[in-house]
Amino acid sequence: MDYFAQQLINGLVLGSIYGLIAIGYTMVYGIVGMINFAHGDIFMIGGFIALITFLILVSLGLTAIPVILLVVLLVSMAITALYGWTIERIAYRPLRHSFRLAPMLSAIGMSFVLTNYSQVSQGARVKPIPPLITGGYTLHESADGFVIQLSNIQIMVVITTIVLLAIFTWLVSRTRLGRDMRACEQDQTMAALLGVDVDRTISMTFVIGAALAAVAGLMYLLYYGLVDFFMGFVAGIKAFTAAVLGGIGSLPGAMLGGLAIGLIETFWSAYFSVEYKDVAAFSILIVVLIFMPTGLLGRPEVEKV
Amino acid sequence: MTALSPKTASASRTAGIPAILKTAFINALIALVLFSLMVGIRTEAGSDGQLTYWTRFGDVAVLVAAVFGGSIVIELLRQWIGPTGAETLVPPAFKSGMSLVGRYLAPALLIFTLLVPVIFYDQRYILDLAILVLTYVMLGWGLNVVVGLAGLLDLGYVAFYAVGAYSYALLATNFGWSFWVCLPLAGILAAFWGVLLGFPVLRLRGDYLAIVTLAFGEIIRLVIINWQDLTGGPNGVSGIPRPTFFGVPLDNSDDGFAARFGLEYSATHRIVFLFYLILALALLTNWVTIRLRRLPIGRAWEALREDEVACRALGINTTTTKLTAFATGAMFGGFAGAFFATRQGFISPESFTFQESALVLAIVVLGGMGSQLGVALAALAMIGGFELFRGLEHYRMLVFGMAMVLIMIWRPRGLIGHRAPTVYLTKAQAISSDLVKEGHG
Amino acid sequence: MSGETILSVDRLTMRFGGIVAVQELSFAAERNKVTALIGPNGAGKTTVFNCITGFYKPSGGAIRLSHDDGRTIALERLNDFRIAQQAKVARTFQNIRLFPGMTVLENLMVAQHNALMRASGFTFLGLIGAPVYRDAEKQAIGLATDWLKRVNLLDRADDAAGNLAYGDQRRLEIARAMCTEPALLCLDEPAAGLNARESAALSELLLSIRNELGTSILLIEHDMSVVMEISDHIVVMDHGVKIAEGSPRQVRDDPKVIAAYLGADEEEAVAVMEGGS
Repeated sequence: MDYFAQQLINGLVLGSIYGLIAIGYTMVYGIVGMINFAHGDIFMIGGFIALITFLILVSLGLTAIPVILLVVLLVSMAITALYGWTIERIAYRPLRHSFRLAPMLSAIGMSFVLTNYSQVSQGARVKPIPPLITGGYTLHESADGFVIQLSNIQIMVVITTIVLLAIFTWLVSRTRLGRDMRACEQDQTMAALLGVDVDRTISMTFVIGAALAAVAGLMYLLYYGLVDFFMGFVAGIKAFTAAVLGGIGSLPGAMLGGLAIGLIETFWSAYFSVEYKDVAAFSILIVVLIFMPTGLLGRPEVEKV
Repeated sequence: MTALSPKTASASRTAGIPAILKTAFINALIALVLFSLMVGIRTEAGSDGQLTYWTRFGDVAVLVAAVFGGSIVIELLRQWIGPTGAETLVPPAFKSGMSLVGRYLAPALLIFTLLVPVIFYDQRYILDLAILVLTYVMLGWGLNVVVGLAGLLDLGYVAFYAVGAYSYALLATNFGWSFWVCLPLAGILAAFWGVLLGFPVLRLRGDYLAIVTLAFGEIIRLVIINWQDLTGGPNGVSGIPRPTFFGVPLDNSDDGFAARFGLEYSATHRIVFLFYLILALALLTNWVTIRLRRLPIGRAWEALREDEVACRALGINTTTTKLTAFATGAMFGGFAGAFFATRQGFISPESFTFQESALVLAIVVLGGMGSQLGVALAALAMIGGFELFRGLEHYRMLVFGMAMVLIMIWRPRGLIGHRAPTVYLTKAQAISSDLVKEGHG
Repeated sequence: MSGETILSVDRLTMRFGGIVAVQELSFAAERNKVTALIGPNGAGKTTVFNCITGFYKPSGGAIRLSHDDGRTIALERLNDFRIAQQAKVARTFQNIRLFPGMTVLENLMVAQHNALMRASGFTFLGLIGAPVYRDAEKQAIGLATDWLKRVNLLDRADDAAGNLAYGDQRRLEIARAMCTEPALLCLDEPAAGLNARESAALSELLLSIRNELGTSILLIEHDMSVVMEISDHIVVMDHGVKIAEGSPRQVRDDPKVIAAYLGADEEEAVAVMEGGS
């Protein structure tokens, strides 16, 4: 039971990170209807920028951890968001009204570019950082000595995720930008006719998605203590799986899917085998889609005849 | 980094030098922010696990300057050519000339391909490259059945390639079965897996199908990595038997090919044999696909791509139609896999990553969905181009990715932008790809 | 109402969530006759069509199709493609659904898929170029050519279907449905978007299909001139229920129809109903 509770905590933390990335996929899919294959790599870039900013701050002699974290968070969100914006501008906007597969391949190409850009500029080796946030709480200690740990970093990941989700939900449901985004999702032509700046709205979608991915990148860096140029691919596929599992286009679905994938992966590793954790996650995706073809929270597709 | 600022981009068509400079300046500024940390600061893990870093501001300056210069050049070109972009670069006369060339291109290409081992007999490198290109031509033609004809988006095609390769490798190393027995088996097994995957998932539409096929490809790869007893895990399978010339080994033994036919032994014999083997396999794929297109099943595939609902209203069983497309594509992938295994003599999961699937898909889309000639040209361009940058190591994938983006922007519909009808009354007219649908599945 | 029934719809009900689109609808269509299903927009006509042709699974009720040979098929138990394949029901769509990237001839060849599939030995005989398939293909092209002549599209046979004018596309869709050699042809607003001349040609085509080939036709149509001219029997729906049925004359004079058709404004309704005749 204690072991189970510990795994539940670990799974929820991992799921939060996946959920943050998945939101980027689902938002872009909702508005532009394309799979942004490069999004996983945006997450990776976010992790790298966080790492580099952290290094600079430390070498400048800063020691106050909260200040460092805040600066790292802001810098990494800002620069990663600019990456997201630039990619949309270069690789996707010229293809917006084109053939459906063209933007997808362009995205796959962009993903290759980012992966290898990062490999070329930062080298292929894994980059570790020392743990920044240490300590935690012992929630429960059982008779046989098994301890349920809740570390500070886990608390931070979950709280950050909840806060960001709250801000994000407010943004989508209450602000002008959110309304424009929802309008573009329904019908871009009509939205444009009613005075919505479609280009700007789509750009903003990419910017927000990238910023959230940057947060996920920072969380990943803090939680696992390392980044490498290839981490975007696996995390990206899993987060996309999460988005599809939750029902692509649905924001709560993305978060729910993220948590589901995080939990599946953690529990599978804990009780069955670590090697097959990804196989388990992907298999469950396939099974869920067979029985719920639009995911957990996706709107059922009514076939127009 | 072309014209990052939308406002200035539209203004610059009429405005002069100041506007161009402004655009270039903004683009350079964006580049500066983008590259400042990622390029400007190089991190590395030291021997004691401690992170160190050093600065490379010179590189950033060069990159930013390149973006600045590039922006000016692109803006000037844009003004000079006009707003319509690259399409107008090709004059109509050239286009009609191209279609004339197109008619003779395929036979010419085929004759040239047949002669490659004769012309380049002494150049092992070129022969190897030609074999590689043909492998991708075959994979492209195989995937073309699924994506180009039936309009089903398959992002896990490499799984079937892997199934074929491992089928041959394991059957040959464990049971000593010959290549010619294993080849059909590899195809059948791959097709079987195609049906097994396809049966439950083919009612999914569009991107759901895409992600499920991608997941399937990853599952196959992960199972191969982890099922060490069977597959050897990450170490792969080695010592895969080389193909024989219909039973005669292509080595320098006494009953080898050279000895039997009274030739002086040369390692090139085997390469040439492999070349003709893959050429034959690819041509078989091509022939079968062309035949199938003209049969009811092939027309049903294309009809499915055009409008699935209408197909059902006409009494076409869409599930089996999709399954046959999936299985046919998978079978060709399996053949190619078996060839790959026998050619390499060693296979490992590293050869079957998502990048391979993406590469083959890129070949199909760049070729112009459904066009056999287009796929062959695209494979030649992609793999050939990829080889050109071999010396650049990691930069190669960077360049490759950029090329994918640029090509898609340049020709979203692929190189061959029309569809040939499968049957006609009086005259076969090419159909513009603007009319051809891309499928939803 | 006399003669043999080909299609009988018995207490058909279709619900979408809480909305009842069609409620307890019963009607019958006779063999070799044109039966029209009319009613204001949103009356549930297309839903009835989708139930008959298997695109929707009815929430309740029975749909029976009787063939010449005495076989009776329960359509509500068959799903989508089997209705076209086994029950021989063909349909067209309100928003034309051709294969735009294929030629006109290819569209008609796809319609003969099942017959050609058998002739090609499920592809294997066709792949080796067996003569039996070549003959079948020739026949199929022959049937397609016949239909192209009937719908006056022979000279467009090798053009892409997507390049045809709107009226031509409508006729091609009918020809394509007919190439499946159906017992019952269901047409969803075939005259929508056609001009007066094209409508008249359409009426002529449908009558010739009924008279020369003996195909039964079920028709949804708003163009009263077409409905009144070619229908043998008319069923009027409103809000998912049948409000009247009978011969064109009976329906036209039915005050309930007039009232329902355009709401309370009877005069306008009379004008519409008579304008067509």
